[in-house]
Amino acid sequence: MRQSLIRCVLLSAACVVLCGADWLHFRGSDNRSISTDSLPTAIAKDDSGTDRSVAWKTALPGRGVSSPIVVGGKAIVTSTSGYNQDRLHVVSIDTKTGETEWERQFWATGRTLCHPTSSVAAPSPSSDGKRIYAFFSSNDLACLDLEGNLLWYRGLTHDFPTAANDVGMSASPLAMGDTVIVQVENKGNSFAAGLDAKTGETRWKLPRKADMNWTSPAVLRGKTRAEDLVLLQSPDRLSAHNPKTGEQVWSYEVACSSISSPVAEGDKIYVPSAGVTALRYLPDAKVAEKLWSSNALSPSNVSPIIHQGRVYVLNGSGVLLCGDATTGDVKWKTRLKGPYWATPVIAGDHIYAFNQAGLVQVVKLGDTAGELVATGNFGDPIFGTPAVADGALYVRTDGQLWKIAAP
Amino acid sequence: MRYTSPARLSLRFTSQSFSLLIAFGCLSWVCLAPALASAAKVEDQVAALKAVGAEGAGNPKASEAWKQLSQADAADLPAILAGLDDANPLAANWLRASVDSIAERELRKGAKLPAADLEKFTLDTSHAPRARRLAFEWLCRADKTAADRLIPKMLNDPSIEFRRDAVARLLTEAETLATDKKKDAAAEVYRRALGGARDLDQVQEIVKKLETFGQTVDVPAHFGYLMEWKLIGPFDNTEEKGFDVVNPPESELKFTAEYPGKSGPVKWIDHVTEDDYGKVDLNKALLKANGVTAYATTEFTAAEALPIELRLATVCANKIWLNGELISANKVYHAGEKIDQYIARGKLKKGKNVILVKILQNEQKEEWAQDWDFKLRVCDATGTAVLSKDRPASKPKAAADKEQAAK
Repeated sequence: MRQSLIRCVLLSAACVVLCGADWLHFRGSDNRSISTDSLPTAIAKDDSGTDRSVAWKTALPGRGVSSPIVVGGKAIVTSTSGYNQDRLHVVSIDTKTGETEWERQFWATGRTLCHPTSSVAAPSPSSDGKRIYAFFSSNDLACLDLEGNLLWYRGLTHDFPTAANDVGMSASPLAMGDTVIVQVENKGNSFAAGLDAKTGETRWKLPRKADMNWTSPAVLRGKTRAEDLVLLQSPDRLSAHNPKTGEQVWSYEVACSSISSPVAEGDKIYVPSAGVTALRYLPDAKVAEKLWSSNALSPSNVSPIIHQGRVYVLNGSGVLLCGDATTGDVKWKTRLKGPYWATPVIAGDHIYAFNQAGLVQVVKLGDTAGELVATGNFGDPIFGTPAVADGALYVRTDGQLWKIAAP
Repeated sequence: MRYTSPARLSLRFTSQSFSLLIAFGCLSWVCLAPALASAAKVEDQVAALKAVGAEGAGNPKASEAWKQLSQADAADLPAILAGLDDANPLAANWLRASVDSIAERELRKGAKLPAADLEKFTLDTSHAPRARRLAFEWLCRADKTAADRLIPKMLNDPSIEFRRDAVARLLTEAETLATDKKKDAAAEVYRRALGGARDLDQVQEIVKKLETFGQTVDVPAHFGYLMEWKLIGPFDNTEEKGFDVVNPPESELKFTAEYPGKSGPVKWIDHVTEDDYGKVDLNKALLKANGVTAYATTEFTAAEALPIELRLATVCANKIWLNGELISANKVYHAGEKIDQYIARGKLKKGKNVILVKILQNEQKEEWAQDWDFKLRVCDATGTAVLSKDRPASKPKAAADKEQAAK
């Protein structure tokens, strides 16, 4: 019994270490866009056209703006192809070699119209370490194991025909425990739902305001995994729910961004609302209270990042702003070249910002200033936030996946 | 030497023959049984995949069946592909994933795909276009000559994807001829390409090229756009409440009648659009307004009863009736517009048919949300125009422009 317990503890520890190395969802395993990994700063093409720190780059079938995830030594990427962009691809790439291990293709069962700057492959995939949940703007959701075996399939527009948005949908799914949460907010059948991770059957479905919304669910960690909540941000509120039942635990009514997503650290939640609005969750009272709000910290299209007591945003003018996470006061700002759609990532003490044109700007984060230490060019549009895993950066350009790591 | 009577000999011969027959039968059974059992299994597994339905129904059984089916032999691919013929869109994805998984596995281990069977399946137009295309794509992996041999003969294929490839080849051929100054030959090839082209981008390219040779194309007739309408409005759609309101044109089509509208009495007017893509601009034809509803109706004379598609493009909420039957309703405002955005399926009766369209504008103030228009075409499932028997020849845009310039 004791040996079993020890084995169990060791297994759990191994799992934590392994999962810690993975990047399981949009903006990482806690949706926070940060990694403790140390990455090279001289990356992609320099001014002379020389590739730096490029371990490999692999061509993707079709195009997309979704982020890659990394799970169990595999980089998982989605893309779409075809004249009507109705072929949905899920690709698994060996992170060591860059070789494509498997590719699955599906036909969209929902609408595939979207704005030219977006793609039907806009939502990023999500994983619980065992399964992959690949979601698309057509509201098709495929669940595969890590070897590419199809476990289940849902067509949410097929099920609910008016659930669609011809500008394109982009909310990424979020695997939490044994539930996959999807946010399908639009002007038709607008809802959020929790699906059974094993079967794809609907556990809960909540109506949401019939309005266009592109934000993704985010995790609010509890003291234990069983106390984790899922945050759903809509244009008129931020609400927190039990991921397994959908039960609303609290709701904070405020006008929120319909593009950039919330981020939580401990019991604090930073909402893209009137710039950034910081809330504190009070578990005993089951309410969230406002701490501060700062118009100066406007995150535009990207989501805010919280790191070591600071809040970082990239505004619509391409300025990187650093604020005090406890007060919202702006500490410093650095002008970069925008515009941005990809939420940047922080690794070590650097922030990596990828603009729409494919230019990466690496800024060393200081107490009183940010210092631009390197730039690199991927030569292809970048709209998806990169993944960081095992000391490497995985950057998805429109047509390729790049692994960036120290040689 | 023993004598054997002929009768006995015959009996022995018969007995031996019978034994041989039994032995042969047993041998055949031993050889064929696994194949028959395998075929039966594949059939059962395909049936389990085809049983999936809305909201995750049948997923657990399908998941089990998929595991087994993905282990099937490459020789089973045609049988699985045939399952796509009448599969619902969700089941089609389960089947497609099994085909891809089997073919991918076989190629990875260096085995050959059944190229002859795949080619036979590809060329059999009784199968679903998507199934044939899937067979073709794996065929191309097994036989590098397949595309060059097959595609040029597919200009009028029921599969839009095959047509598109065939048109693309003709466009390359025509371009080469044009570069070689063989103008007449190039124009002839462009004309042939136009006959097969159904996708907007290819048609537009061909029209542009032919215009440089001084040739005109009746674009509205090529697509089947409806050009002549009777219009009435505006009725009220304040706060988007008009969608379900039954205004008089939904109950009766009396073209001499006058009804109370949003800002005064309204009556039917005749309208002919000269736009190549059948655009009816209600802001110009009726009144530039917000929070309004309009109706457009036209008659369509069919040579025979046949199933058709009414394909609508509009940024406004809309409904379509065919001969009094509501066949499409979409309450979506300003979320993008694209050719064939909404596809409504119906059946024309022989002789006179009545098409009625309801187009609703909301009260959004943004500059990009002021369009109140629609384009409607009648075609078959391949996008081939179906024209009214009494349709007047429309004036191609180039000719109209020339005429205008001359004036």
